[in-house]
Parts: sequence; C-alpha cells; structure tokens
Amino acid sequence: MKVLLSARGITKRFGGLAAVSGLNLDVREGELLGLIGPNGAGKTTVFNLLTGVYPPTEGHVEFDGRRLRRMRPYQAAHLGIARTFQNIRLFRRLSALDNVRVAAHVRTTAGFWSCLLRTAHAMRNDAVLTEKARALLGALDLTSVAAAPAGDLPYGVQRRLEIARALATDAKLLLLDEPAAGMNPAEKQELMELIHAIRRDFSVTVLLIEHDMRVVMGICERIYVLDYGQVIAEGRPERIRSDPRVIAAYLGEESEPC
Amino acid sequence: MPWFAVRVASIAGAVAALYLLSGLLTATIEAYVLQVLVQCGIYAILAVSLNLINGITGQFSIGHAGFFAVGAYVGAAWTMLWQPHAVRVTSALAMGTPAGDALNLLIACALGMAAASLAGAAVGLPSLRLRGDHLAIVTLGFGEVIRVLLLNIDAVGGARGLSGIPTLASTGDLAVFWVFLFLVLVIAVSRNLMNTTRGLTWLAVREDEVAADAMGVNTTRVKVTAFVLGSAFAGAAGVLYAHIMTGISPDVFGIDTSIIITTMVVLGGTGSVTGATLAAFLLVALPEMLRFMKDYRLVIFSTLLVLLMLTRPHGILGTRELGYATLFRRRQTGSPGTR
Amino acid sequence: MEWFVQQLIYGVQLGSLYALIALGYTMVYGVLRLINFAHGDVYMVGAFVGFYACTAWLPFKDLNAHPDAVTTNIALAIIAMAIAMAVCAALGMVIERFAYRPLRNGLNRQDARFWGFVGAIPLAVAVSDQGAPVVLAVYAVSGIALGHVLCPVVAWLRRRTVLSPSRLNALITAIGVSLVLQNGGLLVFGADPRFIPTIFPESSIALADGIHVGIGQLAILGVSIALMLGLRHIVLHTRRGRAMRAISHDIEAAKMMGIDTDRVIAFTFALGGALAGAGGFLVAALTHVKITPMFGLLPGIKAFVAAVLGGAGNIPGAALGGVLMGVAEAFVSGSQHLSTYRDAIAFCVLVVILLVRPAGLLGQHVPEKV
Repeated sequence: MKVLLSARGITKRFGGLAAVSGLNLDVREGELLGLIGPNGAGKTTVFNLLTGVYPPTEGHVEFDGRRLRRMRPYQAAHLGIARTFQNIRLFRRLSALDNVRVAAHVRTTAGFWSCLLRTAHAMRNDAVLTEKARALLGALDLTSVAAAPAGDLPYGVQRRLEIARALATDAKLLLLDEPAAGMNPAEKQELMELIHAIRRDFSVTVLLIEHDMRVVMGICERIYVLDYGQVIAEGRPERIRSDPRVIAAYLGEESEPC
Repeated sequence: MPWFAVRVASIAGAVAALYLLSGLLTATIEAYVLQVLVQCGIYAILAVSLNLINGITGQFSIGHAGFFAVGAYVGAAWTMLWQPHAVRVTSALAMGTPAGDALNLLIACALGMAAASLAGAAVGLPSLRLRGDHLAIVTLGFGEVIRVLLLNIDAVGGARGLSGIPTLASTGDLAVFWVFLFLVLVIAVSRNLMNTTRGLTWLAVREDEVAADAMGVNTTRVKVTAFVLGSAFAGAAGVLYAHIMTGISPDVFGIDTSIIITTMVVLGGTGSVTGATLAAFLLVALPEMLRFMKDYRLVIFSTLLVLLMLTRPHGILGTRELGYATLFRRRQTGSPGTR
Repeated sequence: MEWFVQQLIYGVQLGSLYALIALGYTMVYGVLRLINFAHGDVYMVGAFVGFYACTAWLPFKDLNAHPDAVTTNIALAIIAMAIAMAVCAALGMVIERFAYRPLRNGLNRQDARFWGFVGAIPLAVAVSDQGAPVVLAVYAVSGIALGHVLCPVVAWLRRRTVLSPSRLNALITAIGVSLVLQNGGLLVFGADPRFIPTIFPESSIALADGIHVGIGQLAILGVSIALMLGLRHIVLHTRRGRAMRAISHDIEAAKMMGIDTDRVIAFTFALGGALAGAGGFLVAALTHVKITPMFGLLPGIKAFVAAVLGGAGNIPGAALGGVLMGVAEAFVSGSQHLSTYRDAIAFCVLVVILLVRPAGLLGQHVPEKV
C-alpha cells in the first residue's frame, strides 16, 4: 500500500525538554491508524508537528510525495491534512453550518475582490460550498442543528461537528485527537461506527489518538505506541496488547485495562 | 454579461437616488442639523471600518484616529499642496467646476485611502505577534505617534494644523452626498464580505485563531487585509472630514477620538455592521440632543454610556444585523454570527 | 555628562510617579484582566483633593511669608497625602462596586439605589442657588425616590441581561467611567487650571559640580519608594495579599478555595486608588504642575503602557516599566531636537519591547496550548 505520510526522525524540544524525539511514523493510504501512549507521552505534540503548529527541531515530514518545510497549519489543510482538537475548538458563536462552511472555503475558487464585488462567479462558488457544507452536515446527522451556534450544542454533537468541519477541507488524512473523550459507552459505539463510515464514504485515511483501549483496539488496524516521545511499539492490535514494553509503559503510569 | 449590466445599472441608480436625496435634504433641513448629520455619517464610516478590524476579525485595535488623521492630512495635502502643481500639467484638474471638484475630491480620497492603508499594513504586522490588550495598547500608541509626528511637521502646520482647505465649493453643498456615498460603500463592503464564505473565515479568526488556521484559513493574510481595508475607509473619512470642516489640526485626532470610535463598535454590538452605524449616529447625535442640559450633558452622556454597557453587555444589537430579514422574520437561519 | 546625570535623576523621579500609577493598573489587571481606564482619572482626583487640602482644608502657611513654617508644613503635607489616598481608595472601591462588579455579577438593587443618587445630581444642581439645606433635602429625597423607581427596572434588566465575558466590553465600561470622572471633574472643579502654592522650600542639593537634585524630587522619590515597599509587604506577606495573588492566578479556583473574591477585588481597587491618590498629591504639591480635570489622561495612559512594558499583572514589572518610561521620556524631553516628541516616545519604546518580548519585560509568555 502507498505511504501517504511519513515522518522521519522528527524531534521537538521545548527548551531542554524533548517532547518528541527521533520519531519515525508511516501512515499508509486508506488505513485506520491509532496513536496511543500514557499521559504526556507526546501524542498531541506529534499532531501539532504533522499539522505545522510547531516546526520540528529536527527531522522532516513527507506527505503525498512532497517534503514539507516550514509549513504553516493552513498550508497543511490545503495539502489535505485536517484535524480535530482534544479540547474542542469550534467557532463557538458561528452556527454549525457556518463552522463547516469556513472549512469548505479551503477549496474556494473565488478571489478576494470578486467576493467584495459579489461577482456571479463568487456567488456561484459560494452556493457550491454551502451546498457541500449542508451535505456534510447531513452525512454526519447534524442537519437539525445547522442553524444553532456551535457553542450551544451538546458535547457529543460538538465532537461530531468538529469531524464534519475537518472533512469539509477535503482532507486526505484526518487526524482525530481523542474523539471519544468524555463520551459514554453508547456514544463511543456510535463514534466507532461513524469513523468506519467516514473512512468508507469519504475515502480518507484516519490517524487517531485515543485513551479508550476498547475504541482503539476495536477499530484501528495498526497502532503506534508512544512513551516519552518515542515509539516503543508498532503493529496490529493483538500484538500491541501482548507487547511487554507496552504493558510496562502503561502499568508504570496508570493501569488501564488492555 | 447580463449580471454585470444589471449590477452597474443598479449601482448607478443607487448613486443617483442618493444624490437626489441628499440634494433634497440639503435644501430642506436647517444647516445645524445637516452639520450634525454629516458628523454622524463621518463617524459611522469610522465605526463601520473599525468594525471590520475589531468586530469581524477580532483584532483588538483601538487607535483608529491615527488612520483617520493620515487620510485627512494626505487628502488635504493633495488639495492644498500638490494639486496646484498637478493642475499645471493638465487643466482637467482645475477646481471650481462641479466635475473638477469631484475629480479632485476623488483623487484626494484615493491618495488618503492609499496612505491610510499603508499605515494599516504597518500596524497590522505587529498584530501577527500580539494579541488582546497588548495589541490594543500598541494600536493606541500608534495613533498617538501619528498625532505627535503631525505636531512636528511644519509643512502641515504643526500644532496649528491646516486651515483654509478648499471646500471644493460644490462639494461643500454636497457634503451629505459624499459622506453617505462612502458610508454606503463601506457598509456594502462589510455586508458583501459577511455574506460570503470568505467573510466567514474572518469571523473564524475572531472566534478561534488556532482552529481557523487548522481549517486552512491564512490568518496572517486575513488580519493584515482587515487592517488594510479598515484603515483605508478611515482614511476616506479623514479626507471627507478635512474637506468639509476646511480645517484640521492634530488635536482632532487624539486618543479621545480613537476611544469614541471604539466605543461605537462595542456599543453597536461587536461584529454587527448595522449596530456600529446605529451607535455612531447615537453617540454623535446624543450629546447634541443633550445640549439643553448645558454643562451636565457630557456627564450624563458618559453615565448613559456606562449604564448601556451594564445593561446591554453585548451591545445594542449583539452580533445581529438589522435588515429586512431580522425586522420581518425574527431570525435568519444560517446567517453569519447568528445569536 | 552633567546633562546625562541630571536627566537620569529627573527621569527616575518621573518614573517613580509613573510606577505608582502603573502599580494600580497592574494589580487590577492581574486580578480581573481589566484595563482600568479610569485609573488615570483617580490620579487626577487625588491631585485635586491635594489641592483643596493644601489651599482650603489644612492651615498651610505660605513659605514666602513665613519662612519658618517648614516643619508644620511637612507634617500637614503628610496629613494631606493621607486624605488624598483615603479619598482615592474610596473612589476606587466605588468604581469597582458600581461599574465593574455589575459586569461580572449583573446589576442588583443596590446598584439601582446608587444610580438613583447619580441621577439625582442634576436635580440637586438645578436648585443649587437655594442654599445648602434645600439642596441636600432635594438631593436625598429625589435620590431615594429615583432609586425606588429604578429597582423594578433593574430587576427587569437583570432577567434580560446575558453577561458578556468580553474584555472589550469591560474596556468600554472603564472608558465610560473615565469620561464620567473627567466630565464630572469639569463640573465640580471647573476647567481652570489650578496650582498649589509653594509649601516646601525650593532649594536643591548639589551632588557634584553642576548636578542638582531638588528637595521636591527627592521627596517624590523617597515617598514613592516607601509606598512601593509597603505595597510589596501587603502583597507578599498578608492574607489579603495572598488572596490577591491567588485570584490573579486563577479566579475560579480562588473562589472554590473559599476566597471572597469580590472583597479582595474591592481591596485591590482600594490599594491601587490609594497609590494613585498619593501620586496625584505628590505631583500637585511638589512639581507645580497645572491641575485640570483632563490631567489624568496622558499620565494614566503612559502608566498603563509602563505596566504592559513590565509585564501586565506583574508588580515588580510595573515598577520597572514605570522607571524605564520616566527615564526614556526625560532623555527625550531634555534633548534639544526631540523634546516635542516626548509624548510619543513612550509608545515607541513599548512597540519595540513588545515585539521582542510579547509578554513584557518581566512577564512570562505562556504559549497557547493547542
């Protein structure tokens, strides 16, 4: 299978502290990949490095055959890397629909001046983007809340809206940062089905950070385990479950049932 | 291109209607009220243009009088200092005829807007590093630096300022027309922006910069564009002010002016274009209406301001807009910033 | 060299005044994240209270007529400063209680009564030529009546108001309060500039050849330093000070730990007000500056700039920022060609420093967590 994203030896130091060191990571096209590790292992930092929030201190990232240098987050989105956030970051005062429209704007073809002058092209382009946003809300079962301000929505719905928003950028790679956090078992079950459906319907590759082992083991095809900023294990869920290093890492920090 | 023809025709129609209406107003309303109306219009341009930066893009800029000053001085410099040279090159620039006056005013506006937008870009750049209160204080400082610079440039009169700026005779009578033309223009720009997804990306920067960036919004460009666009219109307001009042001095563009413009934006409801317009009219007209209170009017005015902030913390209109939709239907679905 | 030292001394003295005002800004910013724009006007009120204390309330003697009255004058000056500090502390608390607290908690009945008395002022002024008893009676009756009328209005508004966490909103409220104080000052004090007559000897001490320090300058410096040390003690070593620091760290957590945040915030405003009052008095009494109701605006803004320069919310930072600003301004205004730029220098320094250190000199930059 084609490798969509590969990180080679990326290191990120904050002051003297290496949050991520010498990380190698391959994401193959179409797979559902999990990134797990104890608290503070550097998982979110990896996401921030992949999306250009921080520049890596060392190493480089290759995406879709292109080497990324000094990339800003918006450029990552243009290339096709979209993400959600651990602590939901919706545009709280905008409606759910508008949240998705903002992201759909990545693929706009209308320039600044034609928007100001409201040319026919700009209006048509806008209608297309809005339609796309509505379709996405429909696909994620969010049509009924389209007009509501995002900040007023229930927690689980906000999580789903964030996924819808990320998908609206026409992402090839979707990074989900703890999508199941704060959900009850029923919601988690729904979420797992949703992630499967998204991968199928939108043909995206998914990389997700998750704490809930049931979710990770249930849906991921391959898992990377991170500890102290380094990959300590990689492989299929069954192998990870029995890997002594992984068990040691988890038992050392917190005992989560594997 | 039928779309184009319709658009041009409707704009021309609107300008003509505005021209007739302002002519009618000028003929019927007494001079004092007219003057207040013109002041209202100028401050409304300032408030709506600051709303682009402050309300829509969420960049805490409170030094708008600086851009106002740049526009006023550059515009006045054209009609007082540069136009006499230019007129020797082409007599089309001669003042005195309605067409010549209009042309000169438009050139002054273009220059004033260009200069103000350059200044806007210069201030927008620190906004890339600074946020919130720090940015606020830097923009406030920028306005003050402009004022002190003007105080020290002898060519534009130093502390005395410039006086005897040509009213562009026919422009004087048409003050209402020109002011409201630019007011309509800045409102139209804001509205067009807010009604497209591009404008939504500006709102997204206000709501959450990190998330907007991650969703493909070039936040740097949005912020600098907002500063450039907003300050350009402040510059236009300055040019109009200079040519209607016929005299300007650095004192006009002090911190208090910046503060009153910011107040208009917040009072109107952050991000609401109609709110900013409404608040500008209110804040300019209210002290005039309170004139019968004599010495107490300013105290009462400022007390009312505090009370308004305490009782309507989200501004007069909140983030809502006043328009056909909100007036006749209670709520527009899916409009930007519905709340 | 002489010029340099002379300007440095002047700058440090000016800076210590900025520091006094900046401390009030930074403490309030620390606990509420609010730019208390009205703080400069509290300083103005301090100067006016000082003026009235020196010219009307206290039996100061003009030194030109009574050269031997120096000691009594100094003793009286301490009392005058205490009065200015007390008035400004009270003013700070009133501002907090009736303008900023409703922003956090919403309006209540007490606010209605207060605003009733504010609204009654024009009525009282309208009958001002009828003699004091009539004015007082009219004021009291109409104030109480208006408060009663306002109570249901406020209750209705309270139900309708959705509080806004916006800092911009708080800033505009602060600006409004500042305007109230300025315009109120115009009414009460009049627009004519006032001067405090000479109450201290104007001699100066020669430090070296050609370098002189005025007694007044030394006094300003000494008093400012003493006040700052006092503040340091309060903030670092008292229960109230600890509560202040806790609130500035995390107001919600402080609330949950049982700190009466409203009271501590009021105390913070009182402290800041007292410092500003002292600053206002010192300037008015020792530098013969013209006192007008607008005279707080520019020093206020410069002091805020100083607070940001040092790191908003950081108390030693405000002191440092104030002194730096004073010195920078002294050098610019003392030089031949640049003196007209003195009001702009503050901001130029600020822009440069903030671009290099966005959190201010002593502030800690907290990068946003993603």
